[in-house]
Amino acid sequence: MAAHLVQRLAQSVLVLAVMSFVIYGLIGLMPGDPVDLMISADPDITAEDAARLKQLYGLDRPIVERYGNWLGAALDGDFGYSRLFAKPVMEALAPALGHTAVLLGSAFALSLLLGLPLGIWAALRKGTRADYAVNLLAFAGISIPPFWLGLLLIMLFAVILGVLPAGGVGAVEGGGFWTGIRFLVLPVASLTIASVGGHTRYMRAAMIETLRQDFIRTARAKGLSPARVVVGHALRNALIPVVTIIALDFGYLFSGALITETIFAYPGMGKLIFDAIMGNDFNLALVALLFATLLTLVGNLMADLAYVWLDPRISFGRARP
Amino acid sequence: MTGLAARGPAALTFVRFRRHRLALASLALLAALAVLAAAAPLVEAALGVEFGRVDLLGRLAPPSWAHPLGTDELGRDVLVRLLYGGRVSLFAGLTAAAVAAVIGTAVGLAAGYRGGWLDAVLMRVTDGVISLPLLPLLIVLVALDLEKLGLPRWLIDSEDVSLYRIIAIVALVGWTTVARLVRGTALALRERPFVEAARAQGAGPARIMLVHILPNLISPVIVATSLAAGNVILLESVLSFLGLGIQPPLPSWGNLLTNAQELIWSAPSLAFYPGALIFVTVIAFNFLGDGLQDAMDPRSGARS
Repeated sequence: MAAHLVQRLAQSVLVLAVMSFVIYGLIGLMPGDPVDLMISADPDITAEDAARLKQLYGLDRPIVERYGNWLGAALDGDFGYSRLFAKPVMEALAPALGHTAVLLGSAFALSLLLGLPLGIWAALRKGTRADYAVNLLAFAGISIPPFWLGLLLIMLFAVILGVLPAGGVGAVEGGGFWTGIRFLVLPVASLTIASVGGHTRYMRAAMIETLRQDFIRTARAKGLSPARVVVGHALRNALIPVVTIIALDFGYLFSGALITETIFAYPGMGKLIFDAIMGNDFNLALVALLFATLLTLVGNLMADLAYVWLDPRISFGRARP
Repeated sequence: MTGLAARGPAALTFVRFRRHRLALASLALLAALAVLAAAAPLVEAALGVEFGRVDLLGRLAPPSWAHPLGTDELGRDVLVRLLYGGRVSLFAGLTAAAVAAVIGTAVGLAAGYRGGWLDAVLMRVTDGVISLPLLPLLIVLVALDLEKLGLPRWLIDSEDVSLYRIIAIVALVGWTTVARLVRGTALALRERPFVEAARAQGAGPARIMLVHILPNLISPVIVATSLAAGNVILLESVLSFLGLGIQPPLPSWGNLLTNAQELIWSAPSLAFYPGALIFVTVIAFNFLGDGLQDAMDPRSGARS
């Protein structure tokens, strides 16, 4: 178990290292570099000045060498300065991380709390009208364009009913806890609707598959109550494939958060990445993208831990007594 | 039942598909949307309006006989712009889905048939692509300087470059569904007697893959492509909405919504139509894929 986790951890570090190089290289392919930006801001800079500046900052060096320098500094905790926020990258990033954690965490928890029971409920009624209706709703949730859903929610609750704010966060507006919640309702609802359909369908499919197994028939034959059969025997087994897919979906959830944050002007990681890339803030974009990758890798690691809890047979290499 | 016994597998698939009413309705709806989009110039002529004509005196007009869905913030006819946007969005979505299907089939076939380390590497990469936060990374890809990539000048200056770029980028991430399904099927087919027979006759791996396995992969490829088409259209609309995909004046359902967000207080209906069309198209592709899956693989039988 420990050995397996160490191996997975090493893999994650490797993926992160590869991604950091890929993202670094891609950002180098974006239009303009820091010196080009200086030139556009100050027309007095001559071509010689520009060349000297590029040499000074090492921008004329090969990409591998530049990456090496960046990595060296980053490992020392120096991620450079953010152009947009005019402060160190980490200081610009920290509040956005907090905001995204709140948004993603609430939406993810709500989506599981709604989607998993709904999926089980539909699986137990396979082929009935209720099952059909759940399936239809789940497909609608998967297919609705998340930005349009956000716009519709704004239209209904902010424009027509006028009961909720159209965007922003409560803390910035100077409100207390309940104000904060009011600002969270629409973004969280939007992101939850976008992900609950997938969770419902995965759970339903896995439950139907599990209920077909022989051990379920045995459990029923023993005379167990239907509730015991489902909760005590089927649920844990059905959850194993669901956990895999949900873990793989973590990146998808983050993509959804980017859209939601942009629509609702919610100052989280997704909006930060979008603004950083659009505003040529290379240092910030690079680190923020790496954090987003790290977030999904952590999600996958947590899924590994969940396996062990769900399936006692999975011991990852160590013999069990 | 006696009638069924006499039919071949293709006919049986068709019979099963026909029972899936939602998928049939979806197919009809997609066909109708395609026909409408293709007929955009006819509608334009019939209404006597011009697609790009700005009419500053008739801005945000309510629906009328001249403009069945009203006009937008520049006085352009909303219906005609929606139809032209549909041409672009459907073309981009279907092309990207087709490219993604080709990439996915190649990856899945190679991984499933060759197996071993190649399979391990390709599937690791596929899982990696699935689990990454794709949208932020795609934004970087969209922002790349095409000149630094060494693309020819005429292509960069072309008016439709944003269309080709979005197709390429969306296809680049849309192939994973196809790859996984194809790999699974190829893995099973590899062990079948007819493949062994081909090998015994001296057929090389390339011939076996292309002549013997590929034709048997058609049903998973069709199913996965239909499901991927929905995702791809959704992704294109998201990027266009963010102002990173298809660039105006070329209209797409996604970029029609970009301006609509600012006008949400004064003209909410402008934000409604394009999104509704994306929603309907995507859900139709998903229903279609689901119905095809049930029809082509009776064992999946969530409905039978």
